[in-house]
Amino acid sequence: MCHQSVGLVSRAIERKGVPTLSMTSAHSITASANPPRAAFTDFPLGHTCGPPDRPVEQRSIMRDALALFETMDRPGIVDLGYTWPAPWKEAALRPGDHRTPRHDTPQYQNRDDREAAVVAYGVGIACRAGIPGDVPRC
Amino acid sequence: MDGGATSYNRRMTETDRRPIDYIAVTRETYAQLGYQPYRWALNEDPPSWATLGKPLSEARLGLIASGGIYRHGQVAFTHRDDVTHREIPTDVDSAEVRVTHFAFDPAAARRDPNVVFPIDTLRHLVAEGTVGELAPLALTFMGGIYSQRRLASELIPVLVDRVLELELDAVLLVPV
Repeated sequence: MCHQSVGLVSRAIERKGVPTLSMTSAHSITASANPPRAAFTDFPLGHTCGPPDRPVEQRSIMRDALALFETMDRPGIVDLGYTWPAPWKEAALRPGDHRTPRHDTPQYQNRDDREAAVVAYGVGIACRAGIPGDVPRC
Repeated sequence: MDGGATSYNRRMTETDRRPIDYIAVTRETYAQLGYQPYRWALNEDPPSWATLGKPLSEARLGLIASGGIYRHGQVAFTHRDDVTHREIPTDVDSAEVRVTHFAFDPAAARRDPNVVFPIDTLRHLVAEGTVGELAPLALTFMGGIYSQRRLASELIPVLVDRVLELELDAVLLVPV
């Protein structure tokens, strides 16, 4: 779903004359949404820019991806050719619905994130809040 | 990659080599659950094409990430078609970056946000001269939006306006 949303955002921005490049690890979804430029990394979902704690490799991936702004001359998806360091697809293909419940309240990573947001924005504000100091635009 | 990856490369199965067709996987999962098939966006018309009118090393780059990313102190995203966005200063300490999502395992992204929000990576590329500069703000949203209508009518116009206001030469988008 994320890949679909990004593909549609990418097309809309490019329509305004600003070149865009989408990373993607979901080739079929990106191909269907059809954004102008996409760089494919065949990684498990949730790791689009590379394995964690490997900054050298992440930079290499990003340099190869961003170079597409200068080298592509027509729309498409380019496979950057990187391989995930261990087998993962058998596990990713196990049957069933692995999504967690889709709550309609803000979902914080940490308890103190919620407390900090309440301090910055007040209780119950769950709208388009940006940077502390901004007026939340609800 | 390291030696482990090289040896894995040699013993990859056919399943390992082929990209996973997530559209087909979703169709099968929904059928098993008795849901109607999800209608994925299918754009057969070619996308618009804009060119970067300057070298990347002189360009002002924007980052848009859709992995439910916020900064400590901001209101987190909901997980039900949340069409709001957050703006995170690009000089943020990556230790303050948070990730929540319902459709992927965020463990790696919580350990190292750069896997879905490559902020340290991009700052390094600016410092080495590969990229001209970063916009002062990165834009984030919760990409798990099932309603393409709401995405198009509520979120996309806001993001497009912000891209134009930030005077970006190019935009990198990172889904999860």
